[in-house]
Amino acid sequence: MASLVSDTEPPTYLNSTPTDLVRRKKRQSASSAAASSRRNNAASATAGDGDSHAPWRSEKQQRSYSANLIQALQQVRLSSPAAETPYPTAQKRGKAFREAADRALAVSARGRTLWSRAILFNRFKLKFRKQKRPRPAAIPAVITRGSSSSSSGRGTKKRRVTVVKLNKKSIPTVNRKVRVLGRLVPGCKKESVPVILEEATDYIQALEMQVRAMKSLAELLSGSGSGSAPPPI
Amino acid sequence: MSSRRSRSSRQTGASMISEDQINDLVLQLHRLLPELGNNHRRSGKVSASKVLQETCTYIRNLNKEVDDLSERLSQLLESTDSAQAALIRSLLM
Repeated sequence: MASLVSDTEPPTYLNSTPTDLVRRKKRQSASSAAASSRRNNAASATAGDGDSHAPWRSEKQQRSYSANLIQALQQVRLSSPAAETPYPTAQKRGKAFREAADRALAVSARGRTLWSRAILFNRFKLKFRKQKRPRPAAIPAVITRGSSSSSSGRGTKKRRVTVVKLNKKSIPTVNRKVRVLGRLVPGCKKESVPVILEEATDYIQALEMQVRAMKSLAELLSGSGSGSAPPPI
Repeated sequence: MSSRRSRSSRQTGASMISEDQINDLVLQLHRLLPELGNNHRRSGKVSASKVLQETCTYIRNLNKEVDDLSERLSQLLESTDSAQAALIRSLLM
């Protein structure tokens, strides 16, 4: 556990949070898989940092996401028998599943985007408020580190911008639609226009990747695990 | 709504962003969208409000698709046992 934490670079503090939750069951596989995927991801992140489209379509990103997803799904499956209702409704199971998948997606974003941070902090704060965790000392430290880093990150990313009215385009209409868009993307309700647009592009690509991964996973499962390699996406 | 609009039109900070930058971002967004009816409209300008509208719709569709898929996957995972899940995990890593 300590080796995993020390292995991470400062911006990837977010990885320690979900893996803390997953590490309850599969320690060795989590550390090895996460470490290998993180190393792969570091290479892909440095390579595709300039282009905004490449990171979400690279093979390594997909691998890391699918690894995180599988771990998160195991978590959901193992925690559902421990729930109070002996037979949770399909809606609740689907929702818990979706949240776990979103969390895995946000982790794969490696903390560079606003919406991923918002997803992780929302889930984390909810869990913190709902039940007492057995490790309370670690959590306040993570939250303070997270909030300080997120505020500093947001300070570097977000600029105080205004829109200059240059031509006769109807600015209020565009602004209103951008606000609606901002409400759809998690964590962007109060951001400025270009930030919302940027986050939206990243969010759309991430969602597309999530859809592709889940589709192939569903095909794999409904084909009852024939043992062959999954089809390349 | 009106207060939000007036707040955004007032100059709040140091740096100002031009229409061109907004247009660039909107164009980038437009490139991501599924090109359903846009093939014949690839001329210089695309209507910003239309792009934003399509973006909202597209995000809503994607969200709904992810919800459906996750529900289906959760049902599938309930039926499989841990051996198959371990197999899948080994395949994906």
